[in-house]
Amino acid sequence: MDGAVGAQPLLELTGATVRFGADAALDDVSFRMFPGEVHSLMGENGAGKSTLIKAITGVLALDAGTLRLEGREMSFATPQEAQRAGISTVYQEVELLPNLSVAENILLGREPRSRGVLSQRLMRARAGEVLRDLGLDVDPASLLGSHPVAVQQLVAIARAISTEVRVLVLDEPTSSLDLDEVAELFRIIRELRDRGVAILFVSHFLDQVYEICDRVTVLRDGKLVGEYLTRQLLRIDLVHKMLGRDASDFKTRHREAAEEPDAPVFLSARGVDAAPGIRGADVDLGEGEVLGVAGLLGSGRTELARALTGVSGLDAGVIRIEGQAVDLDSPRKAISLGVVYSSENRRSEGVLQDLSVLDNITLSVQAHRGVFRRIRPARQRELAQSWVEALGIRPADLDRPAGTLSGGNQQKVLLARLLALAPRVLVLDEPTRGVDVGAKVEIQNLVGELADNGLSVVFISAELEEVLRVGDRVAILREGRIVETLASADMTVDSLLALVASPDEQEG
Amino acid sequence: MTQIWKHRLFWPLAALITLIVVNSVARPRFLTITVRDGQLYGALIDILRNSAPLMLVALGMTIVIATRGIDLSVGAIMAVSGAVALTVIDGSNDPGNLGTVLVAVVVAVLVALVLGAWNGFLVAVLGIQPIIATLVLMLAGRGVALLITGGFITTVNSAPFSYIASGYLTVLPFAFFISVAAIAALALVERRTALGVLTEAVGINPEASRLAGVRSRGIVWGAYILSGVLAGVAGVIYASNIKAADANAAGLFIELYAILAVVLGGTSLAGGKFSIAGTVVGVLIIQTLGSTILFLGVPSAQSPVFFAVVVVVVVVVQSPRVRRALGSMTRRRPSTTAPDQERTKVAA
Repeated sequence: MDGAVGAQPLLELTGATVRFGADAALDDVSFRMFPGEVHSLMGENGAGKSTLIKAITGVLALDAGTLRLEGREMSFATPQEAQRAGISTVYQEVELLPNLSVAENILLGREPRSRGVLSQRLMRARAGEVLRDLGLDVDPASLLGSHPVAVQQLVAIARAISTEVRVLVLDEPTSSLDLDEVAELFRIIRELRDRGVAILFVSHFLDQVYEICDRVTVLRDGKLVGEYLTRQLLRIDLVHKMLGRDASDFKTRHREAAEEPDAPVFLSARGVDAAPGIRGADVDLGEGEVLGVAGLLGSGRTELARALTGVSGLDAGVIRIEGQAVDLDSPRKAISLGVVYSSENRRSEGVLQDLSVLDNITLSVQAHRGVFRRIRPARQRELAQSWVEALGIRPADLDRPAGTLSGGNQQKVLLARLLALAPRVLVLDEPTRGVDVGAKVEIQNLVGELADNGLSVVFISAELEEVLRVGDRVAILREGRIVETLASADMTVDSLLALVASPDEQEG
Repeated sequence: MTQIWKHRLFWPLAALITLIVVNSVARPRFLTITVRDGQLYGALIDILRNSAPLMLVALGMTIVIATRGIDLSVGAIMAVSGAVALTVIDGSNDPGNLGTVLVAVVVAVLVALVLGAWNGFLVAVLGIQPIIATLVLMLAGRGVALLITGGFITTVNSAPFSYIASGYLTVLPFAFFISVAAIAALALVERRTALGVLTEAVGINPEASRLAGVRSRGIVWGAYILSGVLAGVAGVIYASNIKAADANAAGLFIELYAILAVVLGGTSLAGGKFSIAGTVVGVLIIQTLGSTILFLGVPSAQSPVFFAVVVVVVVVVQSPRVRRALGSMTRRRPSTTAPDQERTKVAA
């Protein structure tokens, strides 16, 4: 791949411009991909990444510029045309049909027929071939919906490469995968790369980009910043290029462990069992403390959060707030006691997409006051406006449907809703997932500030580095049990990783 | 101009006005309102009066639909409520007494409230799908009404009771005032309390609302109770109009017309955002259409077809795709679909 420069690019975009009304979402951008390379597209939300992807996969038409595939100028009217030319895409959310079999999903629209009749046997055989090719042990006859999301994602990739694929676009493929699954995905990516496929890998995870990508193209505000070889670009420089500002904005927040050794415990849980899988969890959360929670996917991170916030009931154990045993039988009850929860599923369990930013922010306060004590409209706007300003929600338009905001801003709207309740305990489940780097830093800094003001925070994230940076202490979850709770100052990402992984690896 | 185009009430209002224009051209007397004994009469006044039962039922249906539900039992509740009212009046010594009639109406509406609460219990507490939960009462309700009347069509002769549907309060029909009172009450509740936004929240996403601390169960339950009560009042008006309790004919198919009125008014069956004003316009469209069909002398066997054609036109004109196409014809720029809002599903 080193000699790639000079060779003919497989795919080349020159002077690409896409306009939505007066705004250029993509402004004179050039972009190229070579055969047998993994290329990353980096930039904050709104930088033009998805527009660029849509432009090369036939979803959007270029207003100016050219797209060349192996030197030939192309113009795709539909994604199907792009696919026929060898450009396949796998999106972040799996867009397959859970009620059909794995084989049917892989070959949907290209079902093999024998004498004009759909042949299930042939279909399974062919799908089985593709799966074996990828080294996946999945029964082609099983229902897609019966598999975990990670497997569904791999099936989506199998579908994408079951045609003659030359360019494979992976849009945030790892956001719902755990470490093992990511490794599996990377193995497949490398194999495809070695076969000469050009792979566009888009991810928010810098670690992964550095692990798998040969080359990276950075976009900012719809413009090209540059194209770089990954191994020649320092992380700090990459972030700098994406943000267009100094990376020193990353505040490191580590209060001295000795500062408040006796911070009173605000919330404590003892021997909590919760379905599915949480066993005998003990948690102590001090006033103004940030407790990070680290664990693999399926270790019970979310289940623990839900048990602590009344979203799902306890099977056993007791939760105390300021020493008083409480029965958190509903989110409503938890809210009234000052314990609030931000779900990892922002779209389905957080922000109400069709409601305005205004109504989204004031929803919980209103629900808490009750139906008949309506907040006066003027006061409502004032309240929402103050949160929009405090958290820097953009666009700062209170009447816009919240669903039209970017992921990071939706998360902020959700935070504003919870913070408007003046809570005592804030439980954040993956608050920075699918959020661009700028907003991510803002959210992390915000958590620190809130804790400094006395709010207790439980911070759950799949990114160990983030858990360490934000948390004062970190509770490590393994298979539904809290195996250890340690001060984050005493750990490195590597030592935390070892604790999170299987116990055998710890000794080594 | 584009502003008016885009208003959600534009098309429903346009349809209503078109209907009125067609009518007034076809029969010039349509718009005429005459004064007799200080009371107003005319085709328009008839529409306002006759629309009262559908108006009440459709208002309740709007709230139920906003919670992602549907109430198929409203017609049956009307039948029960009429039967209860008539049985109370029929059984009293003094049917013409105002007190008797008041008691009858209150009892009838209370029974309707209980039936609405039953629906709400099935949906909000037991979690049964609304269409199934209310189907139970839709099928059983008329049987209950027949039981109450002993299988007969009970008739009464009671001046105060007749007044409800046929009487005039000052210059306009009393039934019209009932409609207006219901609309005003609902609009006021929506504006002065948080019921509107909380109902929409539950309809848009019940789980997210629960996590936000919204009492989803209470709100859904309340919606069915409201629908039941309004259907109960509608049943009393219907019975008053024919001075009888007809368990088989009272409110027949009204649930479908009510759903239609809600949809014509721009409220989505998927729940969430709702429009009281839209429903009011929807009801008036349906009532005017009914009156038009009657006037044009369409044979009753064919009137549903005529009805269906008009409804299809209105619904198609309101559909997002047609609106976009119309929008792009009026503007120069070809309309493209919103760039980032709908992610085109690509079978990779």
